[in-house]
Amino acid sequence: MREDYEVIIGLEVHAELATKTKIYCSCSTEFGSDPNTHCCPICTGMPGVLPVLNEKVVEYAVKMGLATNCKIARFSKQDRKNYFYPDLPKAYQTSQYDLPLCYEGHVDFKVNGEPKTVGITRIHIEEDAGKLIHDPYTGDTLVDLNRCGVPLIEIVSEPDIRSKDEAIEYMQTLKSILEYLEICDCKMQEGSLRCDVNLSVRKKGETKFGTRTETKNLNSFKAIGRAIEFEIDRQIKELENGGTIYQETRRWDDDKGIGYAMRTKEDAHDYRYFPEPDLAPIVLSDDYVNGIEAALPEMPNVRRERYITELGLPEYDATQITNSKKMAEFFDKAVAKCGNAKLVSNWLMSDVSRKLNEAEMEIDNIKFTAEDLGDLITLIDKGTISSAIAKKVFEDMFETGDAPAKIVESKGLVQITDESAIRDLVISVINENEQSVQDFINGKDKAVGFIVGQTMKASKGKANPGIVNKLIMEELNKRKNG
Amino acid sequence: MYEKLTIHELRDKIKNKEVTIKEVVDDVFKRIEALEPKVEAFVTLNKEYAYKRAEELQAKLDNGDNIGILGGIPVAIKDNMCMKDTLTTCSSKMLSNFVSPYSGTVVTKLEEAGAIIVGKTNMDEFAMGSSTATSAHKKTTNPWDTERVPGGSSGGSAACVAADMAIASLGSDTGGSIRQPASYCSVVGLKPTYGLVSRFGLIAFASSLDQIGPFTKDVRDSAIMLNAIAGHDSKDTTSVEIEVPDYEKALDGSVKGLKIGIPTEFIKDGLNPEVKKAFDEAIEKLKELGAEVKEISLDYAKYALPVYYIIAPAEASSNLARYDGIKYGYRTANFDNLEDIYANSRTEGFGDEVKRRIMLGTYVLSSGYYDAYYKRAGQVRTLIKEDFDKAFADVDVIALPTAPNTTFKFGEKSNNPVEMYLEDIFTVPVNIAGLPGISVPCGFDSKNLPIGLQFIGKVFDEQTLLKVSYAYEQNTEHHKARPNI
Repeated sequence: MREDYEVIIGLEVHAELATKTKIYCSCSTEFGSDPNTHCCPICTGMPGVLPVLNEKVVEYAVKMGLATNCKIARFSKQDRKNYFYPDLPKAYQTSQYDLPLCYEGHVDFKVNGEPKTVGITRIHIEEDAGKLIHDPYTGDTLVDLNRCGVPLIEIVSEPDIRSKDEAIEYMQTLKSILEYLEICDCKMQEGSLRCDVNLSVRKKGETKFGTRTETKNLNSFKAIGRAIEFEIDRQIKELENGGTIYQETRRWDDDKGIGYAMRTKEDAHDYRYFPEPDLAPIVLSDDYVNGIEAALPEMPNVRRERYITELGLPEYDATQITNSKKMAEFFDKAVAKCGNAKLVSNWLMSDVSRKLNEAEMEIDNIKFTAEDLGDLITLIDKGTISSAIAKKVFEDMFETGDAPAKIVESKGLVQITDESAIRDLVISVINENEQSVQDFINGKDKAVGFIVGQTMKASKGKANPGIVNKLIMEELNKRKNG
Repeated sequence: MYEKLTIHELRDKIKNKEVTIKEVVDDVFKRIEALEPKVEAFVTLNKEYAYKRAEELQAKLDNGDNIGILGGIPVAIKDNMCMKDTLTTCSSKMLSNFVSPYSGTVVTKLEEAGAIIVGKTNMDEFAMGSSTATSAHKKTTNPWDTERVPGGSSGGSAACVAADMAIASLGSDTGGSIRQPASYCSVVGLKPTYGLVSRFGLIAFASSLDQIGPFTKDVRDSAIMLNAIAGHDSKDTTSVEIEVPDYEKALDGSVKGLKIGIPTEFIKDGLNPEVKKAFDEAIEKLKELGAEVKEISLDYAKYALPVYYIIAPAEASSNLARYDGIKYGYRTANFDNLEDIYANSRTEGFGDEVKRRIMLGTYVLSSGYYDAYYKRAGQVRTLIKEDFDKAFADVDVIALPTAPNTTFKFGEKSNNPVEMYLEDIFTVPVNIAGLPGISVPCGFDSKNLPIGLQFIGKVFDEQTLLKVSYAYEQNTEHHKARPNI
């Protein structure tokens, strides 16, 4: 029955901007410090304080707007969004309501090879709230205001997304752009990049949107995917059973894999937005905007095209590598060292990614350098070590951070290419495996593989596999014809 | 006797070592101790701090150092201005225990100018009122008649200067809260142009209207105080970056050729006949001194009061939301959950007038009402500003009474908020338009209650405002009268 339905999704993505100081005061934005140590009278909402807008926040938001093809408002203002909550000491969040900084943009990306465009309704600046910490021992709720006043941009998409995969790719695209612009550290597990999912379903062919729900604060790709799946199923089931979808705010419990209704439209806040009287409107000149545009770095999609056309990488590999700016930079450095883009790409896509995933690490925390990976590939290219040995060397590099040449030398892993030495090994293996020789003679070619394996094993993997193959065929044919 | 002097008289005596700063402080505190039981102008007295400052300043002076334009002058500030490590209550139960962790910009500027802040003065709760009677602490009386109110909301700051309990003081003016009590107490009260004085550290009532200004015994002192507090502040982005002149230099004593506009139509209704008489006499005096008096029309000024009672409560409802019982200030003892903390702390912590305005403000900002009220009020506000712009194309200053009546008795208007609100009818348009306004003493009614004359100036033209006020004052005797208390 799912095939009968179409899903309509729009995302509201919150990205914490990587400014050194908060949006309206000079407190540090650093994450993970002791509670309430990055606070001052301004960000704790003391009586009588006034905000002063951090200009970097505007610059970063404009960068994001330009990188997502938005129009940049030459006149915009900030507004107060009023609501009570203990993590919001002023009892209003300073945000932007009807005149956001950036509007009417779009991003393009590919989903399973198909091109997709998602419209950006608006990007506005606002301040983050603090955090409530529930003390399980005393039952108290404590307030940490370190995050209060950390600058955010909210990127609101059009309801252009039609599947979980599109939602994830869209989010990945935004994440890449934010990283390339170096305006957000994109640490989703720390909450510096998170999103709300607005979702409705409708029967295929319907032109009217169904009632949407909003699932708040998803902070991993996995959670986004699972929450979307869950909500699609829930809504379709509800409709199929003759039920009604209510416009409501929902929470996702990623541990349990369940979404809950938090509040319905009836008890939704009336935020009583009005223009922030303590802050002057934001007026930007053409020169200012043009200056930022001229200084934008290469964007991930441009880099991807360059990798495909200039370096001959497959589209999939190019996409994966360029998604992360750090990965792409690592790639560039390794290629500069060894000159073999294809092989560097293969390594990054396979062994490097696998190890990073296993260790739950980011590429910038890896112990060896991009140049070391380049050197490893050079060792393979020159035939100093085999690919099989290279994998072992790589494991060592990953553990110790040692240079590949050092590992190869200290462990005596240099490849054996001396034909007479290898021929001796081959002959002894053949002599020890009479059955396989007979199988070969009887036409079972599979037997060759077994003998190759045994020979490589006998050489501890160091024998040049090409020479091993050649000599085994020579020796076996001698027996067959002899 | 030194408490009776003005800033400009005292500064010379201090500089010339005719008197020590301690002696001045002694006299002021003697006066406070004698009169405070009657006047009740202060919420907090900084006696220890004052004597420490006096000693430091005297040492600097004796060392030949410059101690600033207010060097050694005892001043008071309204209790809505944050002063580090000092109780700052806004005369509310809600902040009755709030000790500010920082000093606002005007406090820093006063200290840099050498002033000694002797205390924090009583006010209407969160500056909402025209009588100072909504204070949660005490009832400040009018030194001219202690059965009557000093006006408000800066009643304590007006009364303490009128009664010589401070040489000068600071108040804040959102809809008349400096000028109206100045008028009621026969002192000079100046509300500067919005953006001339930093609001950083002023506990907000209505952010787009609030402005700090001085109460003084005469116009020269007003200019001196303005010299001390005016100027751009990087902590307040609504403070304007302009070159601040020496306001004292504007006091040349002449009004010759100056064009003064009178909005006759606007002030004809509801004006007490005795106030009208004093006003007319003042205008005659100005003519006599060589000013040219012109009729002007302010067609939209009559809408200023309704506009004010939408914009000010709207901003207040948001500004006062932070007093929620969580971080500081009053918290109810009576709660089971978060909702209760909010509701009960605010119910118990705020007085009626504050609650009334929070409700008004919440209503006008509500979804579905915003366009009809707040947005429309903003549009009318623009019309009022344009009205003034038009008028100022023809005249240099506008004159009108500060308040339609003289001071009233305690309780007389407290059952009818609208009647109380009408006392601000002549002062509110100035805040709505962001203009500077000043009230100077212009006589007394038959009960010997003071009457104020208000001048309104062009944006950032405090110089003309002070110039005309000074010329008027120097050619009349009203400012010399002191209350018999």
